[in-house]
Amino acid sequence: MLSALLVMAAIAIALGAVLGFAAIKFRVEGNPLVEKIDAVLPQTQCGQCGYPGCKPYATAIAEGAADINLCPPGGEEGIHKLADLLGVDFKPFGGGNAPKAKAVAFIDEDNCIGCTLCIQACPVDAIVGAAKQMHTIIAAECTGCELCVAPCPVDCISMVEIAENISNWKWKYPVYALTPSK
Amino acid sequence: MRTLHTFHGGIHPATHKAQSNQKPIAQAALPSKLIIPLHQHVGNSAKPVVAVGSRVLKGQLIGVPEGHVSSAVHAPTSGVIAAIDMQQVAHPSGILDLCITLIPDGRDEWIAREPCDDWKALSHTDLRHRLRDAGVVGLGGAVFPSDMKLYSHKHKIKTLVLNGAECEPYITCDDLLMRERAAEILQGAEIMRALLYAEEILIGIEDNKPEAIAAMRAALLDGNHQGMEVIAVPTVYPGGGAKQLIRVLTGIEVAAGVRSTNLGVQCFNVGTAYSAWRAIRHGEPLISRIVTATGNVAHPQNFEVLIGTPMNELVAQAGQLPDTTGYIMGGPMMGVMMPALHVGIIKATNCVIAASNKLFPPPAPALPCIRCTRCADVCPAELQPQELYWFAKAKNLGKAQEYHLFDCIECGACSYVCPSNIPLVQYYRFAKSEIWVQETSKKAADAARERHEYREQRIEREKQEKADKLAAKEKAAQEAKAQRASAPLPNPLPQAGEGANVADAPFDADPENTMQLKIQAAIDHAKQQATVIKPKNTEQLTPQQQAEIAEIEARRTRIRELALSSVNEHTKE
Repeated sequence: MLSALLVMAAIAIALGAVLGFAAIKFRVEGNPLVEKIDAVLPQTQCGQCGYPGCKPYATAIAEGAADINLCPPGGEEGIHKLADLLGVDFKPFGGGNAPKAKAVAFIDEDNCIGCTLCIQACPVDAIVGAAKQMHTIIAAECTGCELCVAPCPVDCISMVEIAENISNWKWKYPVYALTPSK
Repeated sequence: MRTLHTFHGGIHPATHKAQSNQKPIAQAALPSKLIIPLHQHVGNSAKPVVAVGSRVLKGQLIGVPEGHVSSAVHAPTSGVIAAIDMQQVAHPSGILDLCITLIPDGRDEWIAREPCDDWKALSHTDLRHRLRDAGVVGLGGAVFPSDMKLYSHKHKIKTLVLNGAECEPYITCDDLLMRERAAEILQGAEIMRALLYAEEILIGIEDNKPEAIAAMRAALLDGNHQGMEVIAVPTVYPGGGAKQLIRVLTGIEVAAGVRSTNLGVQCFNVGTAYSAWRAIRHGEPLISRIVTATGNVAHPQNFEVLIGTPMNELVAQAGQLPDTTGYIMGGPMMGVMMPALHVGIIKATNCVIAASNKLFPPPAPALPCIRCTRCADVCPAELQPQELYWFAKAKNLGKAQEYHLFDCIECGACSYVCPSNIPLVQYYRFAKSEIWVQETSKKAADAARERHEYREQRIEREKQEKADKLAAKEKAAQEAKAQRASAPLPNPLPQAGEGANVADAPFDADPENTMQLKIQAAIDHAKQQATVIKPKNTEQLTPQQQAEIAEIEARRTRIRELALSSVNEHTKE
């Protein structure tokens, strides 16, 4: 009887020690869910969600502090993905938070005074230029976050919508007209 | 006798080839204008190098290749550049693309060409450059720049397959080309073989083209070509697919995600070999090609057509019938409907079919899939089309990819046999382009994340560096102070008596105290400066200047008083 109790106690202590060791040794740094959510977000770093970037928004979602329908650049598709990932219901965009067509910033180079304010505002370093030199957007790197538009003191930055062209054209989902039978 | 292999599935649709292969290739009449798109090939669009209003000669470069994968575009005849603008092109979307419009002057005047009697004397680099400069691209439909495919440094190429199968109904342009210009095709193949260091050339032609097979075999004997064989392959659609033809001729199965070059096989269309020969031997860029004009026309025939010829002007020469509803570019299986009748012929146009409701009645409404798996029986890529349809329809793109959607060659065999008339290929095309878009946006997001994180890191680093610099400065100043305190030096500023006090005062850790001392030192320094620096130009002042000075002085005293009173109030509080 006693020996059995001792054996069970010994096993419990040994396993507890193993678990305790594993908890310290294999500790996961940070919240892995944040990374997963961040991977779904479009990385425009635009702050339209009210957080200063995609990672902070991902952290807020992971902590349950933010809703999943706050990211207009991600589109409804993005909300669906977040809903799938988090196992929650789809939620449509709130008032005035609708997604816009994809666009890139464009600097009217005749009016640029070279103040570097837009360069400081750009979250992805997609603007080149120097003080008192003309600035220009690297269109391929621009995420269309619009953060450079407001700081410009001469209002020379505008957003240009990316029109559909031969290289980004998509085959449409097959729909065929119904003809009434005679 | 070579043993031939078979591929899975395939169908036997009515070929309709006899309509257009009875007459020899005709030279198409010079059109009223040429609409030449600058993006006719895989890769970057060519850059226009001519100005509106300038006169160009036949064969003159009008678009230079841009970047690594790109191809040149040339003027197909002499004339005047009328416009360089966005126009409708031979693309199913109907989206506008940059085109050069050329009005022919009727003289058809060639630019100076650089023929080459002995291409074997040229270096391989030179040969590839000539092909690139001549705008030679794959004429089988993929329009991939040919010079890019003629490298052998990565993989040892054993077999060069020349594709003359031409399996799709209605199309007979390769058939006629092989019948009439076999010798030149074989010469072109020899150049390709030299560039690839290939051991053998296998020319696959479907056995429903006996005249072409005979012509090619005769040319092979006449030209005394060694290590080259013309092989009649069974007529099965889609036997002209590159993977399928390679399978039939060599028995090599090109697996998913693998290039045939990894397995020692490279494949070219017979038309490409012909164009390569014209480019190297005669210095003629790719400015025309053979196009089958067929379908709802009175006299279906093959034409040698200048690139850019409006399709309606070509079809008119074959006698377009009045009830024509539109044009299909390519065959009825894989071809695409053109957005307009006047779009220009491009390098990829092997066939223009005039469509009519009688010839191609509108498809019957699609019925639900009954999962009969006839599509799986005929799929040459051994896929499960019924599953792919299921996933594509539900927009379950990940699952569709798991079922190897990207191995689908869009041959249309599945749609052809489907008893429910489901437009299967349309679903696959939709799913494929949707996946492409998602992947590009995912890539863009990853790049943006990386750039953003790097920027954050940089800002953090700059902040740290600034703080470090400040700390170092502070530390140096304190050290200097401590040094002065431990070894009092003769005071260099005798007037600043209180300044000496500062130096003499023992270093106090209390920041308030140090701050006060600093302020005191600064005030002393200012006083000292004031005594040393005398205002200049104070003599001979006009009354006006004196008045100004008085006014400024009054303002200064007022400010001082204000400052003092505010300080006093502050201290009272």
